[in-house]
Amino acid sequence: MSEFLAMGGYGFYVWGAYGVTFILLTIEVALLMKRKRETKA
Amino acid sequence: MTTDSIKWFWYASPQTFFPLAGTIARVCAVLAAILTVAGLYVGFFVAPTDAQQGEVYRVIFIHVPAAWMSMFIYVVMAVWAAVGLAFNTRLSFLIARALAPTGALFTFIALWTGSLWGRPTWGTYWVWDARLTSELILLFLYFGFIALQAAIDERRRADRAGAVLAIVGVVNVPIIYYSVKWWNTLHQGASVSFSKAPSMAATMLTGMLLMALAFWMYSIAVAMIRVRCEIAENQGQTTFSEAQPPA
Repeated sequence: MSEFLAMGGYGFYVWGAYGVTFILLTIEVALLMKRKRETKA
Repeated sequence: MTTDSIKWFWYASPQTFFPLAGTIARVCAVLAAILTVAGLYVGFFVAPTDAQQGEVYRVIFIHVPAAWMSMFIYVVMAVWAAVGLAFNTRLSFLIARALAPTGALFTFIALWTGSLWGRPTWGTYWVWDARLTSELILLFLYFGFIALQAAIDERRRADRAGAVLAIVGVVNVPIIYYSVKWWNTLHQGASVSFSKAPSMAATMLTGMLLMALAFWMYSIAVAMIRVRCEIAENQGQTTFSEAQPPA
C-alpha cells in the first residue's frame, strides 16, 4: 500500500495532480448542486 | 429523416428542453462514474510502469483527457454561440453559457497536471513554450467569455457579445493542437493522432480513452444541469411563459 502511494518516488506529483483534479471537480459539482437547489431546477 | 421525426424545433425551446436535459444529465452522470472507476483501475493497476518515466507518467490519465476536453468544449461552445447568433435561438446561448465554466476548469486541470508532470520530467513547472502558452491563452479566453457576459446586464447583448468573443477565440484551438508541430516545443508531440498508430502501450491507451470518455460524460452532465439552472433562473425575465405554477 505504501509502495503504491509512493508511486516510485513520484507520489507528490502524481497525487498532487489527481488530488487537485478531484477537489476541483467536487467543488464544481457542489456549487452546481447548491445552485440547483436554490433555483429548483 | 424528416424534421417531424426528430422534433428539432420542439426541443429548441428551453421549456421543452428542460426535462430532456435532466434525463441526459442523469444518464451521463452514471456513465461518468462507471467510466472513471474503470479508467482509474486500468490506469493504476493494469497499465505497466513506463520504461523511461517510471510511475510519474500516470498523470497522463487525467492530463491528456483534460487537455482534449479543454479544446473540445471551447469549439462546442463557439459552435453553439455561432448558432445562437445566426438563428437567434435562446437555447443555443444558454448551452454556450453553461459550457464555459467546465471548459475553464478542464483547461486549468490540464495546465496544473502538466505542470506537476513537467517538474520531474523536464526539470521545471513552467516554461513559455508554444503549447503551454497557447493553452494558457485558452484559459484566459474562457475567463474573458465568462467575465464579459457577467459584465453586461442586458441578457441578449451579453449573449451576443460573448458569442463574438467565443467565435474569434476559436482560432486559438488549432494553434494549441498544432503548436507541437509548428514550433520547436519542450512539450512532446501528440501521443494519439489521426495519421499514425498510437505511440504507447495498448493498456495505457485504454486507460486514457476510458478517462477521456468519463470526462466527456461528466462535462455533458454538468453542462445539462447548468442549462436547467439557467432556464429556471430566467423564467421570470423572459417570455418563456407557461412557467411552473407557484409552489
